[in-house]
Amino acid sequence: MKLSSVLLSVLASLVIVPDSSIAWEPAKPIEFVVPAGTGGGADQMARLIAGLADKHKLTPRPLIVVNKSGAAGAEGFLDVKNKKGDAHTIIITLSNLFTTPLHNNLPFNWRDYTPLARMALDEFVLWVNADSPYKTAKEYLAAVKDKQCKERQGGQCLMGGTGSAQEDQILTIQLEQALAGVKFTYVPFKGGGEVCVNLVGKHVDSTVNNPAECASHWRAGRVRPLAVFDTARLTVGEWKNIPTIKEALGADVSYLMLRGIFGAPNMPKDAVDWYVAFLKKVTETPEWKKYMEEGALRPAFAAGAEYVTWVEENERLHKELMGKGGLLKK
Amino acid sequence: MGIENLLLGFHVAITPYNLFIAVVGITLGTVIGVLPGLGGANGVAILLPLTFTMPPTSAIILLTSLYWGALFGGAITSVLFNIPGEPWSVATTFDGYPLARQGQGGQALTAAFTSSFVGALFSIVLITFFAPLLAEVALKFGPPEFFAIQLLTFSSFVGLGGGNPVKSLVAILLGFILAAVGLDVVTGQLRMTFGFLDLMKGFDFIVAVIGLFGIGEILLSVEEGLSFRSIPTGMNLRVVLDTWKVLPRYRRTFVRGAFIGFWMGFKPGGATPASFMSYAFAKRFSKHPERFGKGELEGVVAPETAAHAAGVAAILPMITLGIPGSPTAAVMLGGLIIWGLQPGPLLFQEKPEFVWGLIASMYTGNFIGVLMVLAFVPLFAAILRIPFAILTPVIVVVCAVGSYAVHSSMIDIWYMLIFGVVGYAFKKLDYPLAPLVLALVLGDLAENALRQSLIMSQGTPGIFVTRPIAGAITAVAIFFFVLPALTPWWRRFHGSAPAPRAT
Amino acid sequence: MRLADLVTASFLALLGGLVVFDAVRLGTGWGTDGPQSGFLPFWLGALLIAACVTIFFQAARRADGTPFVTRQQLGPVLKVLAPAVAFVALIHWLGLYVSAALYTGFYMRWIGRHAWLTVLAVAVLFPLVTFLVFEKWFLVPMPKGPLEAWLGH
Repeated sequence: MKLSSVLLSVLASLVIVPDSSIAWEPAKPIEFVVPAGTGGGADQMARLIAGLADKHKLTPRPLIVVNKSGAAGAEGFLDVKNKKGDAHTIIITLSNLFTTPLHNNLPFNWRDYTPLARMALDEFVLWVNADSPYKTAKEYLAAVKDKQCKERQGGQCLMGGTGSAQEDQILTIQLEQALAGVKFTYVPFKGGGEVCVNLVGKHVDSTVNNPAECASHWRAGRVRPLAVFDTARLTVGEWKNIPTIKEALGADVSYLMLRGIFGAPNMPKDAVDWYVAFLKKVTETPEWKKYMEEGALRPAFAAGAEYVTWVEENERLHKELMGKGGLLKK
Repeated sequence: MGIENLLLGFHVAITPYNLFIAVVGITLGTVIGVLPGLGGANGVAILLPLTFTMPPTSAIILLTSLYWGALFGGAITSVLFNIPGEPWSVATTFDGYPLARQGQGGQALTAAFTSSFVGALFSIVLITFFAPLLAEVALKFGPPEFFAIQLLTFSSFVGLGGGNPVKSLVAILLGFILAAVGLDVVTGQLRMTFGFLDLMKGFDFIVAVIGLFGIGEILLSVEEGLSFRSIPTGMNLRVVLDTWKVLPRYRRTFVRGAFIGFWMGFKPGGATPASFMSYAFAKRFSKHPERFGKGELEGVVAPETAAHAAGVAAILPMITLGIPGSPTAAVMLGGLIIWGLQPGPLLFQEKPEFVWGLIASMYTGNFIGVLMVLAFVPLFAAILRIPFAILTPVIVVVCAVGSYAVHSSMIDIWYMLIFGVVGYAFKKLDYPLAPLVLALVLGDLAENALRQSLIMSQGTPGIFVTRPIAGAITAVAIFFFVLPALTPWWRRFHGSAPAPRAT
Repeated sequence: MRLADLVTASFLALLGGLVVFDAVRLGTGWGTDGPQSGFLPFWLGALLIAACVTIFFQAARRADGTPFVTRQQLGPVLKVLAPAVAFVALIHWLGLYVSAALYTGFYMRWIGRHAWLTVLAVAVLFPLVTFLVFEKWFLVPMPKGPLEAWLGH
């Protein structure tokens, strides 16, 4: 995968494709790789896209979702990397596109793939148990600083998160670095749903779950959101009332997770055009809009140069954050 | 709570359309259950797009029926070919397959299906009356409690097998080592991959089991010539009625299995360990433990009751907490969200017709399911009449398909063959396979839970004793570890075998 | 059996050595937050070596003359194993379905001496049904070769 092909795909996606021209169409079922397990956020989105494609007849051949979750997603990424020039393989990515190769020095990088489209950005929220005495992020972080989590060994507060050296831990470290004297003990779990349940069960003191992962527990009054890790407040429903981390703490900590789609390396230009148009149509369906709203995801469709610039910037950010947190491969 | 809600539910579940949906789901599910490597999660995921145009209640009935079908179907290949169609059917092979070899495949299948139904029914009744309460109990389980449960499963199983204890130890160690290959969730480091990218995803349990049990067994059974040594069973439904006559004898095993299954199942990760634990307890409390592994009907009843009870119970945390108790439930959970429902504690109040329709459909679905699979028992048993030269390549191909389907990876088919040869050699050299498989299943889960617990406690092992639930379970586990040493001592003082309660 | 036991034990001990080697790289200590990545593998590997050494000496002391497999046993075992290996190797080139057809057909004719018509029927129908079930019905893609590509899959 060379710069030329990146440029090519950038150029490809700059060209606006009218719906009527059928330059390329999938000739066989499209393999849609999910580098994560069944039931997680990426898997749900992939299956929703496949389902909507079918329901609204957006593609002549079906999308077949294949989970390859081994080694924090590396299995899926490496598999797609080997399918050079394949126009019928695409992959949905989350932050492990950056974190897995950086942490374990594995031979893949987003530049290996053909960027298709950014579908959405996932937000992160700081949650505590609703029975805890902390009403604001300020109170909670003061408690963390003074080691006031009484049920724990040495009063050390526990932060639950998904996996190790992935987005949740990066965010935890960012928070620690922004606020002097704050130190969490980070407890890694396998999936986001599990993390929130461990918070409800009081096995950890706080989490940085995505909104969707904790939404139902919040509505049931079991957990309390303290702050959102974004520069602006969320715009939908009850989520509007959660202050940003800057409002709550004065600290500038933000993190958004990519929910984007890439194609196999060196995907032909015609195919790229087709996928970009197809994915755009998916984001225009009412089901997709409802899904965005319910999960408090930020709709952020982008393709072509805009997407590539964003991914480049994000890779740099991950390198910097993980370097600061000591999570890069030694 | 209770009866009137349930009646409302039945009102929804018994419409002809929903009954029809249930039959379709069960048929598909049974096929999925039979094919190794293709799990309920696959089936549910594939049907999910179809459900977008259905009312949510019919949609969930379709998906859960498929799930019940897969739970029933897993036993079929276990009994007939020693190939577990699903992870929780591994323990069913221990006695189911020997029974089939003795020409009692029909009996074994009948026992398996009936036990599944009994286990399911037990769980459904508990869910009907105690769902919200049980959800609260499930919340009390954090990493230390999970580790204690893994420990208990393991302790109930070790010390059961005879043979060379050193070889049993080797089998256990190998299982744990294989489980540790790949990415370490807790630190995010790669272990034992030696730079090979193919080793990175680790060894999948299903692939190992297809190889060790399925392929290994074919190799072993052809030693005396190119044919299967099994005797085909009779072709009529009498066998079902005859088996039902002897099943009440195992009522204790039913109750124990159902209890273990439910208790393990309503928290994530339960059905497979539950089936092993139930098998282990059945053998421990049996008057004829020496018959186990050689074709004892009770050895089929125990794991199947527990597996199906656990499978049903796994639905509970999905609707009450919004966390999936199994991969299949995880995909269904995704479905719930797409249908516009918020899984979680409020679902009972906000969408009673959905929740109670689902619960009522658990009764109808399992009832239809057991009738359907029982009706086909003679047909399943007749598969063994297919000539060897046709059946062998077909089994090998199906095993290859199953191994590939797990990760869509060619290397897994090679692993399957290697595991097959290993299974053959180990069996001949008296290395037991069951502990290896159990260690492979539990290794990953147990190590994660252990290390999460230790992170929580800043490295103090006391966390397993000071938390009440974890402490109690750990104590029982330790009791079972030392039981083999205690038994002779106990006998000497009391002149009889110990009879502790199943709980 | 004695020789097979000795060989297996030595092989597994070597495997244990590999595990210990990798565990040392990962760190086998007990950090402030519990065991490091290599802690469990280290002890598993070490115990495996110890157990294999025990088995090795147990077996060495025992005079067991029975062979691991006799010539009569090996024949049928290889007749199952060798075609299976060939089948899996073929998948790399021909895809699963064509390989399955060739394998099933070959096996039925070679071992079962079934009539050509039966052979043909099973060898074509079985992969076809598998294809329909997995590719069409359950949408689980299997490895495919030139024939499927030619047919547009």
